[in-house]
Amino acid sequence: MQAKIAKYTGYFSLDFLKSIKKIYYACIINLGFYGYLCREIFKHNTMKILVCISNVPDTTSKINFTEGDTKFDTNGVQFVINPNDEFGLTRAMWFKEKQGAAVHVATVGDASVEPTMRKALAIGADEAIRINTVPTDGFFVARQLAEVVKNGGYDLVIAGRESIDYNGGMVPGIMASLLGMNFVNTCIGLEVEGNKATALREIDGGKEKLEANLPLVIGGQKGLVEESDLRIPNMRGIMMARKKALNVVEPIDAPSQTNDQKFEKPAAKGPVKLVDADNVGELVNLLHNEAKAI
Amino acid sequence: MSTEIATKEILRGGQFIVKETDCEDVFTPEDFSEEQQMMRESVKEFNDREIVAHRNRFESKDYGYTEECMRKAGELGFLSVAVPEEYEGLGMGFVSTMLVCEYISSGSGSFSTAFGAHTGIGTMPITLYGTEEQKKKYVPKLASGEWFGAYCLTEPGAGSDANSGKTTATLSEDGTHYKINGQKMWISNAGFCKLFIVFARIGDDKNITGFIVENDPENGITLGEEEHKLGIRASSTRQVFFNDTKVPVENMLSERGNGFKIAMNALNVGRIKLAAACLDSQRRVTNYAINYANERQQFKTPIVQFGAIKSKLAEMATNCYAGVSACYRAAKNIEDRIAIRIADGNSHQEAELKGVEEYAVECSILKVAVSEDIQNCSDEGIQIFGGMGFSEETPMESAWRDARIARIYEGTNEINRMLAVGMLVKKAMKGHVDLLGPATAVGEELMGIPSFDTPDFSVLFAEEKDLIARLKKVFLMVAGSAAQKFGAELEQHQQLLTAASDILIEIYMAESTILRTEKNAKRFGEEAQATQIAMAKLYLYNAVELINQKGREGIISFAAGDEQKMMLMGLKRFTKYANYPNVVALRTQIADKIAADNGYTFD
Ligand SMILES: Cc1cc2nc3c(=O)[nH]c(=O)nc-3n(C[C@H](O)[C@H](O)[C@H](O)COP(=O)(O)OP(=O)(O)OC[C@H]3O[C@@H](n4cnc5c(N)ncnc54)[C@H](O)[C@@H]3O)c2cc1C
Repeated sequence: MQAKIAKYTGYFSLDFLKSIKKIYYACIINLGFYGYLCREIFKHNTMKILVCISNVPDTTSKINFTEGDTKFDTNGVQFVINPNDEFGLTRAMWFKEKQGAAVHVATVGDASVEPTMRKALAIGADEAIRINTVPTDGFFVARQLAEVVKNGGYDLVIAGRESIDYNGGMVPGIMASLLGMNFVNTCIGLEVEGNKATALREIDGGKEKLEANLPLVIGGQKGLVEESDLRIPNMRGIMMARKKALNVVEPIDAPSQTNDQKFEKPAAKGPVKLVDADNVGELVNLLHNEAKAI
Repeated sequence: MSTEIATKEILRGGQFIVKETDCEDVFTPEDFSEEQQMMRESVKEFNDREIVAHRNRFESKDYGYTEECMRKAGELGFLSVAVPEEYEGLGMGFVSTMLVCEYISSGSGSFSTAFGAHTGIGTMPITLYGTEEQKKKYVPKLASGEWFGAYCLTEPGAGSDANSGKTTATLSEDGTHYKINGQKMWISNAGFCKLFIVFARIGDDKNITGFIVENDPENGITLGEEEHKLGIRASSTRQVFFNDTKVPVENMLSERGNGFKIAMNALNVGRIKLAAACLDSQRRVTNYAINYANERQQFKTPIVQFGAIKSKLAEMATNCYAGVSACYRAAKNIEDRIAIRIADGNSHQEAELKGVEEYAVECSILKVAVSEDIQNCSDEGIQIFGGMGFSEETPMESAWRDARIARIYEGTNEINRMLAVGMLVKKAMKGHVDLLGPATAVGEELMGIPSFDTPDFSVLFAEEKDLIARLKKVFLMVAGSAAQKFGAELEQHQQLLTAASDILIEIYMAESTILRTEKNAKRFGEEAQATQIAMAKLYLYNAVELINQKGREGIISFAAGDEQKMMLMGLKRFTKYANYPNVVALRTQIADKIAADNGYTFD
């Protein structure tokens, strides 16, 4: 081996070899610089998405109220990512993987919402922002989120059409209006090309296809992706979630516009009455006099 | 983490029988980290979506679907939890490994078996005993699910007597490879695996040797037809024939003649993981039963309101709670022991091997206890469903059939019962657990005047903990005198050994249940733990009854005359309650709670 090297270097003068080395380093430095430039340009083109995530009770939870029926009883309740938001998050992951988008998630809530946010990070969001206050009404939440959007310079904001706890359905709309952004509600399909978004909406008895410029706020729902597309956080994602940033920001001063007076559960179902198939008279009688349906 | 471990005393394997444990020193599922809770949710989601929702495919022997699910499990990282990071695994601790195993296993026994055979006995022999080259070459593929593994120990003539196999390995003349010849039977995953761990005998060696064999039909490997089985119907189980199969010498696992040791150590891990695999199944079956009992009406009454049904539900929930308590207690002991060994300078491989071996007694105990609990649980589950339970339409029938295998593989429960006591005695002879001192003390106590000290019964579990201490004396009295009487011949007295083993098992399970509940009552309050307290008391009561029966049986089998009388008196004294619990009330309390919650909500 030694002999071989000696033989090869024998053909070239030392100066020549040194100059090759210089060129080589110059190349490396240049490549590094171009790489940096490319990354900067790329960064500029990267769509920045904020997915707004609401922390809601699992659909199988038992619903009870406390404090004279003015507060939801969270005792023993399992919390999850609001399903409409999860469809949005999954779509955002698609933009991340296919178009290199950066995906952040934001939630208004106290520290108890962090497991839900960690799940979003485990699924693949890059960063999470928790606005450190207990959410009250839709206006309040929208004001808090709008502040995050303003400060973060997001191109696309994906919220759920409604959260499945209080079903207010106001947050994305108010947020868009506060920010002066375009808004598509009940969105069931979304593509983005450059600065242009093509969105599909569900409307009564059909679908509507729209085009809108970014920045844009979406009120999303199932259809953005299907249930079978929803992701189970993988083990590596869970481990990485711990290392990703979960930034806590303080809320802005934004008084609630409403407050809850009382919750009522639907009346318990009464016993079922079976009416003989031949006895139509009895059925009409019951529907008219008892159920008062006809 | 290591400082935390260093400051608290960790019980050595088997020591629980002579030492008292502080409840703060046991790990419980309530101690899962946020990350572990997320893992649990993720595995549950996978299980619900891919396994539970497709029960029919498993029941109709869709082997391909089992394989497909294994691939998906690989993509989600579930196969690599226990694999060290150097070999592209996640390098998580033993508790996390158990947790994934528990929650992934409850949807179908078919998938559970495929998962266990691959991640346990299919992969562990290489991670525990492989050379660096072997590990680099094979483990990443197994961790990702690119390849699946199977474990070939059993033969038509060698089941429980695993070291008696006839498969041979003969070195080639040029010394480059071995030729393997023989027939293996009941090999899980055989139908879709790419790698076999094969045990074969070289020449007239006393012990078998382990080999890593790549599955290649061109290399003299053929498979039998799929076996048609009572349960785990979509788990591939076939015979594997080796006919002059060439295996490079570098594929020998560990050293020549070390195979039996490898086989047994792989099984230690397999056993505790099998116990974990039966836990969420119990929870699931119990939940189905509660839901059904709340819905089903007879005599214009939901059947959950009948005492006969309440009694069953309460016992099902209690045994499940006990199994979970004991499994995670042992799992954390193993994890800590591994960490200590690593801190002491052992390699990861060595530490893991010794860490699990240390708790081999507990592994056998858990395998037996939990495999029998899931059997009883699914049996009573069928009963609660009545005729519907007998129908293929409800999940009870397949749960019952799938549960049955757990008592047979990874060492039959008979073998594991004997092993539990046998290994404990061996530990005593090696000086790892001092049985002799405490046993002698019990002997002296029998002849002395009984102590009339009574604990302060107003303190939670004062009576129960006092009883546990006395139950340990029952074991020492029975096993100690028997060992003295029979010496090495004790092995021949299987009925006696089995009785002693039952006593040992019940003590471990009951103590673990009480310690977990005591720890939780201290941090969450007794009121919040009222049902768990009732379950701990009910479990102990059942344990005391059984220990009484087994103890009596054992004593009478080998002691006579005054000695017998004295020991029976001792048994009575050691199993006596100062205040008997009202078990009917306890069962009612437990059943009412789970009926109101419409589910088992304790872990
Ligand atoms: C579905 C299935 C999957 C399996 N998967 C695998 C696998 O992947 N790899 C593998 O290597 N093996 C596997 N096995 C084999 C399994 O481990 C053996 O069946 C088990 O060890 C028992 O051996 P055996 O069937 O020969 O029973 P035997 O050993 O013949 O036992 C018959 C009965 O005698 C009892 N008995 C035996 N010896 C004693 C003794 N000394 N004292 C007291 N009682 C005794 C047993 O407890 C049992 O009750 C599998 C088996 C099944 C059914």
